Amino acid sequence: MITLEHVSKVFPGGTTAVDAVDLHVAEGEVAVLVGPSGCGKTTTLRLINRMVEPTSGRIVVDGRDASALPTHELRRGIGYVIQHTGLFPHRTIEGNIGTVPELVGWSKPAIRERAAELMELVGLPRELASRYPHQLSGGQRQRVGVARALAVDPPIMLMDEPFGAVDPIVRARLQEEFLRLQQEVRKTIVFVTHDIDEAITMGDRIAIFNVGGRLEQYASPRDLLAEPANAFVADFLGAERGLKRLALVRTSEVEAAPGPVVGAETPVEEAKDVANQAGTDWVVVVDAGRRLRGVAWLADLGGVERVGDVALQDPPLSVRAEDSLRTALDAMVTSHTGVAVRVGPEGTYEGVLTQDILTRELT
Amino acid sequence: MELVADVVAWFLEPDHWQGSDGVPARTLEHLWYSVVAVLAATALALPVGLWVGHTGRGGAVAVNVANLGRAIPSLGILTLMVVAIGIGFWPAFIALMAFGIPPILTNAYTGVREVDDDVREAARGMGMRGGELLRRVEIPIALPLVMAGIRTSAVQVVATATLAAVVGLDGFGRYIVNGLAVQDFAQVAAGAILVAVLAILVELGLAALQRALVPEGIAALAEQAATDAKVQGGGVEPAASAPEARRG
Repeated sequence: MITLEHVSKVFPGGTTAVDAVDLHVAEGEVAVLVGPSGCGKTTTLRLINRMVEPTSGRIVVDGRDASALPTHELRRGIGYVIQHTGLFPHRTIEGNIGTVPELVGWSKPAIRERAAELMELVGLPRELASRYPHQLSGGQRQRVGVARALAVDPPIMLMDEPFGAVDPIVRARLQEEFLRLQQEVRKTIVFVTHDIDEAITMGDRIAIFNVGGRLEQYASPRDLLAEPANAFVADFLGAERGLKRLALVRTSEVEAAPGPVVGAETPVEEAKDVANQAGTDWVVVVDAGRRLRGVAWLADLGGVERVGDVALQDPPLSVRAEDSLRTALDAMVTSHTGVAVRVGPEGTYEGVLTQDILTRELT
Repeated sequence: MELVADVVAWFLEPDHWQGSDGVPARTLEHLWYSVVAVLAATALALPVGLWVGHTGRGGAVAVNVANLGRAIPSLGILTLMVVAIGIGFWPAFIALMAFGIPPILTNAYTGVREVDDDVREAARGMGMRGGELLRRVEIPIALPLVMAGIRTSAVQVVATATLAAVVGLDGFGRYIVNGLAVQDFAQVAAGAILVAVLAILVELGLAALQRALVPEGIAALAEQAATDAKVQGGGVEPAASAPEARRG
């Protein structure tokens, strides 16, 4: 959808902002450009809608050479969201969202209808339509910025630190909403941030830039974390790379161990055998429908016949299929059993996740 | 105190309110000189100011040239014009127009220049061409300052149009020039009062026009900024947020 072929930008005065970058963003993908200050990530973004003209190289947008179109036509087909939103203070929210439709000559009723639709899509109450930007909160203004960029339903969106100016709580919510929205609209998105965690959360692919406009590595978050191309990338990814990788893998993607599991009616001796075979001093107890009931420690099983006769301990923290391995690790380290139990949608026992399983995943 | 009584008597004299040298006729003359001068100054200075502000090029030159005009006394320009082209309407018109240009030019330039860089970036990024950006974004946002420039210009021109009488025209200046010639100070004072009243009325009229023209969002924004400044006990113009250095 977007291809940069050996693109460079040297500013008058000789500063190289972008140095021979090759980059391809597939349709419907989110590519995040990330790197330290002065690494050329914003310039690279602005090359795509020709807010900056390249010194050399070729940029292909939606199958056409970007330089072949008049800039205003190219830009009207590309949504653009910037950090401080750049909302028009003299226009209402509806007027702001209607900017590009107006430029390309939509009728007033059509613009009004589209604005209402987009406000709902980005989670803005309808009554804000006639308000002005300065009457809105920072988070609401960002949403207006996104809605405005989506107005004529462009296939491509360029977003320059769109959540950089709001506080961390609002940012986390906007990120979540962004991902939900992207599921729905499936745009091809190029997203600039200086926050590697935001990049890992948002990106299908991440481009890590170094000072001087050099693209060091372009890969999926998993590949990047698993195999950083060089010391700069590894350093930029930061500490706790293992934890970051675990955060990207769902528990459903690994095979859970069967674990020492028994029914409440199981005789104690049999339960002890099950525990011994698994090498644990506890068993997981489930009911007839295999729903999780709790944990019984072998030490507590003296003087009773059946496992269900003792007071069961609370079950170890359980995780679901959609949780990440990082969540599972958290469950492990906060449970005396040292494992996380994976349960199905109905709360049925599916198996246990152990630290061995996590280690295997990472190595 | 005698002068006050004389001025009151001057205004109460029915003869002073009729005929070709009565107050109504002089008002029309004075307004005529002022209106054509301000219109001409606006027609010249506004496009230049807006354009220079829009492109950002030549701003310093334009503002300095305009201010140079401000530094020359209006009587000086007038004298120069008389020497160059003689007595009559044209020297007065040119001098008044020249006097009306600087506030309009400077304010139009500043107003457009002060439009937030992010707003401009967003507008261009959405595919607005230069003219669209100017018309749909920069001018509406700059309008309060543009109008303030025209108001300042108009008030100055109304006050200065008094000089037209020096080069053989009429208007309120006629009362002052004639009064001085025969040492009728009541008439001089009456002329001065009429000029002041007209200037105030022009200012009020243009302020009403401004309220009608400035977009609601901008007016509300300016009002809020003013309130905020008062709340902070500053009374100082709130500084525009400095455009942040662009990352990447």
